[in-house]
This record gives sequence, C-alpha cells and structure tokens, in this order.
Amino acid sequence: MELVTPSIGLIVWQTLAFLLLVFLLGKFAWKPVLSAIKERERSIDDALEAAKKAKEEMARLTNENEALLKEARAERDVILKEAKQLKDQIVSDAKASAQAEGAKLIEKAKQEIDSQKAAALAEVKNQVAELSLQIAEKVLSKQLEDQKKQEALVSDLLKEVKL
Amino acid sequence: MDFSHIFNSRKIGITALVAVLFNFLTLLAQANPETDTTKIAADTTHQEATAGHEAAATEKKDQPFDTGAFILHHIADAHDFHFWGEGEHSVGLPLPIILWTDKGLVTFMSSAFHHDDEGKHVVDANGQRFVKLHEKIYYASATPNEHGAYVEVNEKHEAKNAKPLDFSITKNVFSLLVSVTILLVVFIGVARGYKKRAGQSPKGFQSLIEPVILFVRDDIAKPNLGYKYEKFMPYLLSVFFFIWFNNLLGLVPFFPGGANVTGNIAVTMVLALCTFLITTFSGNKYYWKHIFMPPVPWWMYPVMVPVEIVGIFTKPIALMIRLFANITAGHILMLSLICLIFIFKNLAIAPIAVPFAVFISLIELLVAFIQAFIFTILSALFIGMAIEEHHDH
Repeated sequence: MELVTPSIGLIVWQTLAFLLLVFLLGKFAWKPVLSAIKERERSIDDALEAAKKAKEEMARLTNENEALLKEARAERDVILKEAKQLKDQIVSDAKASAQAEGAKLIEKAKQEIDSQKAAALAEVKNQVAELSLQIAEKVLSKQLEDQKKQEALVSDLLKEVKL
Repeated sequence: MDFSHIFNSRKIGITALVAVLFNFLTLLAQANPETDTTKIAADTTHQEATAGHEAAATEKKDQPFDTGAFILHHIADAHDFHFWGEGEHSVGLPLPIILWTDKGLVTFMSSAFHHDDEGKHVVDANGQRFVKLHEKIYYASATPNEHGAYVEVNEKHEAKNAKPLDFSITKNVFSLLVSVTILLVVFIGVARGYKKRAGQSPKGFQSLIEPVILFVRDDIAKPNLGYKYEKFMPYLLSVFFFIWFNNLLGLVPFFPGGANVTGNIAVTMVLALCTFLITTFSGNKYYWKHIFMPPVPWWMYPVMVPVEIVGIFTKPIALMIRLFANITAGHILMLSLICLIFIFKNLAIAPIAVPFAVFISLIELLVAFIQAFIFTILSALFIGMAIEEHHDH
C-alpha cells in the first residue's frame, strides 16, 4: 500500500523540478533547437528547390540550344541546297552558253572556211586559166612557128569540125 | 522529400550504442551487488557473533531472508543515499531533512538518525523530538515501547504517532535534482551547438540528440497534434527526455543512479497531472461538446455523459499507473533475480541469477525507451483529441 501512496514531499519537489525543467528547457533549449532545425530544413528545402529550378533552367537552356542548333543546321542545309542549285544552274548556263558560242564559232569558222575555200578556188581557177592561157600561148606560139604545122593544125581542126 | 529511412537507421544505431553502453554499466553493477551482498552477509554474521544481541540476533539469524521486505525497501524512497554496508556500518550520502512541523520549519541532516530506521534513535531539533521508522519521520513518543522504539504501534504494526509534513531531499528528490541538472546542462549545451553552428549539419552530441528530437516531433507530435503541434513541443520533448533519462538512471545500480524515480507514484502522478491540465485547458468546444453532448441518441445521455466524464480522469490515471507499474516491476524483477542468491543462501546460484539479471536489464533498457515513448505519445494523443477540430459533427 505504501508503494502506491504518493508522498507529499516528492510531489512538491517533482512539481517544482519538472516545471522548472519544462520552463528552462522550453526557453533555452527547445526553442532555439526547434527553430534551428526548422530553419535548416527550410534552407535544405530551398536549396533543393533551387537545385531543381537550376536543373529545369539547364534543361530549358539545353533544349533551346538544341532547337537553335537544329534551326541553324536546317538553315545551313537550305543554304547549301540553294548554293548547289545555283552552282548547277551556273554550270549548266555556262555550259549552254559555251555550247552556243562554240556552235556559233564553228558556224563562223565554217563560213570563213567556205568563203576562203571559195576564194581560194576562185584564185586557183584564175591562176589555172591564166596559166592555161600562158601555156596555150606558149604552145600555140611554139606550134605556129612553122607554116606547115599551122596548116596541119588547121586541117586537123577542120577535120574535127563536121559540117 | 522522405528522409525517414535515414533517421530510422540512425535511430537504430543510437539505440544500439546506448544499449551497449548501459549493458557495460549494468555488467559492472552486476558485479557490485554480489560483492556488496556477500560483504553484508559477512558483516551481519560478524556483528551477530561479536555483539551477541541475544534475542534480536538469534531471531534475525533464524528468520528466513525476507525477500519481499528487502525489495520493497530498495524500490522505496529513502532519507539518505545508501552506498554499502549495513546498520551502523553503512556508508552513504546523508541528505537534508526538511520538516514542516506544528512549530514551523525544522531542518537537519539525515545522518542525525545514525542509520536508524526502527524508530529507536530520537533526534532533538528546535525543541522537538523526531524518530525515523521505515523511512517515515514521526514525532517521537515520550517513552520507548517494548521493542525500544519511540513510537506507538497498532495491531497492524503501523505507527500511530503524528507525522510532520516531510519535504526532505530524499534519495528520489536528490536523484531527481541530479537528473534535472544533467538534462538542463546537456540540452542547453546542445542548443548552444545549434546557435554556434547555425545552418550547418549537427555535430557531436548534437547529432546524437537531434534524431531523437526529430523522432518526437515527426513520429509523436505531428501525427497526433496536427498543424498546432509546435505549441506543445516543449512539454512533449521535456517529458520524453525526463522519463527516458530517469528510467535509464534508475537502471544504474550505484550512485547517482539506482533511485526509483520514474517508478514512484508521486513522480508519475505529477507528470500525468501535467498532461491532464494541458488537455483540459487546451480542450476546444468540440472536445467539451463530445463529453457533454456525445453523438448518441439523447436517451443514452444518462449513461454516456458520466462515462465520458470519467474518461477525462481515467486517461491520465492510466498514464500514471502505466509508467509507475512498468518501471517498478522492472526494478522488482532485477532485485528478485539477485535475491535468488540469498533465498538459496548459495553463491553458486550467481552464475544463473546474474546472466538472467543482465538479460532483464537489456529488456529494461528497451522498456525505459518504450515507456518514455508511450507516455509521450499518449499525452500527445490526449492533447490531440482535445484540440482536434471536426466540423462534421
């Protein structure tokens, strides 16, 4: 029975000591400790949040960069394509004009050749005629030196001519 | 973010550490009672042989060892802190005795009784005469009775003398003050660590305590009290560490431990009363409405309202008895196992009794924590029930 009978002295001392403990610890220990823990948790949360944000920002930037790169690449492709087209056109144009020019030149050359040929032929003809005349003159003069021969010729010629 | 697995593992680590530490202490302590008790036995036989207080001595010698009285004496409060030795040869720390008598305050040291607990040594102080019988102080009778004690006893061997109000610094009060001082020094030191290392990770003792504080906050206060938990944190933390530390201190069998502080009904009564007062004064209208207008048909009120009103008081009473009974039972168990040696009057029992006692003290380490936890979580639960806001009823 004595075991379950609280003694007044211990009740008083326990009340005093415990209330003092709660008061002093509450004021000097729990308050700073709990606020420090809370503060630290908040700062950890903030840091994690900031890290998350930074990560997101990073991802966003990376995406942006990629998009930019893609765009640039596409643009480059377009430019290259255009350039190629232009080059092809220029080359084909050049080819065409060269061909035309060449054809023209050939035509001109042909005409020149033709005209030169004609001129040359004409000259050759003239010379041949002249030479023929000279030869004929010389032959005739030679032939006609003697009378007899002249007569023979005339007779020959006459023989040829059939009346 | 869920960090609970980290705290859990740290908690386990700390529990293991504390267990190992106290196991070591208890092992040391196990060695002591053995030597002490053999010495006591030797002392008593020596005393009996030489002094030859014929009747008393032979009576004492013939009587079997009174385990019950021995254990109850050890778990009860005392007016001095006994270290070793028996009777006149005992060595201990005398503690101040503070009495509020009919003629005002009287103080003297417990050593004035010369280790007498039978009411045989009268102390004169401030013109009044006092005797100590079974750790209670009485006004001494004018003449001794047939046993030489200055008290009158009734048929049940209870003293009939008047008692002054006893506000002495008893063994329990002394232990209480020691533990409160240690708790203050430790936790204010820890708090200083937080100030010094603001915003940084905990270090040293701080990191040992912090998981426990977080445990009280996250596993006891928050689930039971909701968002209003912060207001009750100082009380819950104080009560948790007070009970835990005193439970552990009670397991240390030598000075300054060994006192059965949390196993004393006066101590648990004050703690339960604190919970009761906080619950009652922070109860909101829903709490009181639930008690006086419970959600049952009106014709049930004559039954339900008294039940609810009784419920207000049974909850703290259960708190008080649970802590007291658990801790006292632990102490009784430990002492019983050690007493086996004296019951069998054979030191050969020690190899069985001592390992058992070690085993039980390991369990008691667990109980020390669990009881602190249960007291705190039930306090939080009762307060949480009182401040809970429900709009559906």
